[in-house]
Amino acid sequence: MISIKNVQKTFGNHKVLEDINLEVSQSQIFALIGPSGAGKSTLIRTINALEPIDEGDIIVDGISIHDKKTNINAARTEIGFVFQSFNLYPFLTALENVTIAPINVKKMNNSEAEEKGKKLLSMLGLESKFQSYPSQLSGGQQQRVAIARALAMDPKVMLFDEPTSALDPEMINEVLDSIRSLAKTGMTMIVVTHEMGFAKEICDQIVFMADGKIVEVAPPEKFFSNPSTERAKGFLSKVLNH
Amino acid sequence: MLYSTDWSVIPNNMGLFLKGVLLTLEISVLALLFSIPIGIIVGLLRISRNKIVSFVATAYVEVMRGIPLLVLLFWIFFVMGQFLRLGPYWSAVLGLATFSGAFVAEIVRAGIQSVPKGQMEAARSSGMTYTQAMRLIILPQAFRKVLPPLASQFIILIKDSSLVSVISVVDLTLIAKNLVATSFRSLEVWTFVALLYFLITFTLSQIIRYFEKKYQVSE
Ligand SMILES: Nc1ncnc2c1ncn2[C@@H]1O[C@H](COP(=O)(O)OP(=O)(O)OP(=O)(O)O)[C@@H](O)[C@H]1O
Ligand SMILES: [Mg+2]
Repeated sequence: MISIKNVQKTFGNHKVLEDINLEVSQSQIFALIGPSGAGKSTLIRTINALEPIDEGDIIVDGISIHDKKTNINAARTEIGFVFQSFNLYPFLTALENVTIAPINVKKMNNSEAEEKGKKLLSMLGLESKFQSYPSQLSGGQQQRVAIARALAMDPKVMLFDEPTSALDPEMINEVLDSIRSLAKTGMTMIVVTHEMGFAKEICDQIVFMADGKIVEVAPPEKFFSNPSTERAKGFLSKVLNH
Repeated sequence: MLYSTDWSVIPNNMGLFLKGVLLTLEISVLALLFSIPIGIIVGLLRISRNKIVSFVATAYVEVMRGIPLLVLLFWIFFVMGQFLRLGPYWSAVLGLATFSGAFVAEIVRAGIQSVPKGQMEAARSSGMTYTQAMRLIILPQAFRKVLPPLASQFIILIKDSSLVSVISVVDLTLIAKNLVATSFRSLEVWTFVALLYFLITFTLSQIIRYFEKKYQVSE
């Protein structure tokens, strides 16, 4: 479903992605973890071409994302993206945040888009918040609206860049629950996260990155009990001991 | 010798003053209406990733900011105006609009750039084109931030419009000048005209303040 091949990227003369290769099959969930500055955000942002790449190839559902001939706008409707800082549209209600792209990009008619938006928001526990503006919602609620907004385009894959890092601790679980329920639907996902328990619980593979490279890819049981690289061991001892 | 004032020149010529005020407002409003599309287009071109496009837009802004409005008005009226057969009225509107357009462009650019980067990223991630994202997500937010500086620009425009009297547009200032020439009541006439300009701009800035407050509460 997602195929990343020999991807290279530099910012100036700083190599941020070095020879990245990764295969994610349909309905698989990958967690992307690693220390700050490892290149996790940069990598996940290359998958929907928010970030250009210097070399290599990224194929999502058969579409070569960085090919100049690809209609990137059409390709992006297949890829839902959820940001650390939500990036909701502050001048639109929760429901309008969810419906604006289906109406304008997919040319869905208003009532159909609204019906769908209400269904998605309700599914994420926001049935009483349709008319609320983002500033009237808690962080956890905002992030769930952002998830509904991404799902409204019927994406084939979902990408999350630290979806809970900007949240107060008591709100982290409501967002993780939304992602868990999405996992049950068989959605293909890549999640950049610092929530190790969550990664262990729902992910098929843990991808550990450091210094722009993928250092280790392993199933969670193996990765958390017996990582095969020193880098991963060092990282785990730091994050699991506090 | 003491100058003995005679204010009767004011009520006796009220009709004339009113005509001048209306023409001043008319030219300022027209110039503003034209300078807004100029400003939006030039402002958008300035932030274009195409280097040539952004260079041309920047050059326009720099040139307009670099030449005095008086010179621009003369140039449009005596050079371009002869060529295009523009009368003084349309030369004045065109001069004020192109001049003010450069300042509006800077206001628009600053407004767009004040919208957080994540807004464009979220919009593009959902499959919107750059143009759709601008129109549906960025400009509506920039618009709210741009209203107060745009209103100040309008006040500046009204004051600047007094310069169009030099290309013989019969605005408030030229009416005053002519009236002084015939009545010799310069203290009375110029004081009253200053008061009229002040009343127009002051009323306007009060209206703006009212809307700013109202908007702040509702947000
Ligand atoms: N626009 C940019 N220009 C220059 N350097 C950048 C840019 N964006 C990221 N970098 C650099 O690229 C490297 C990888 O950054 P990235 O944000 O992908 O890391 P990350 O793994 O997501 O870290 P974090 O856990 O802190 O979010 C860092 O060294 C960062 O400083
Ligand atoms: Mg990051």
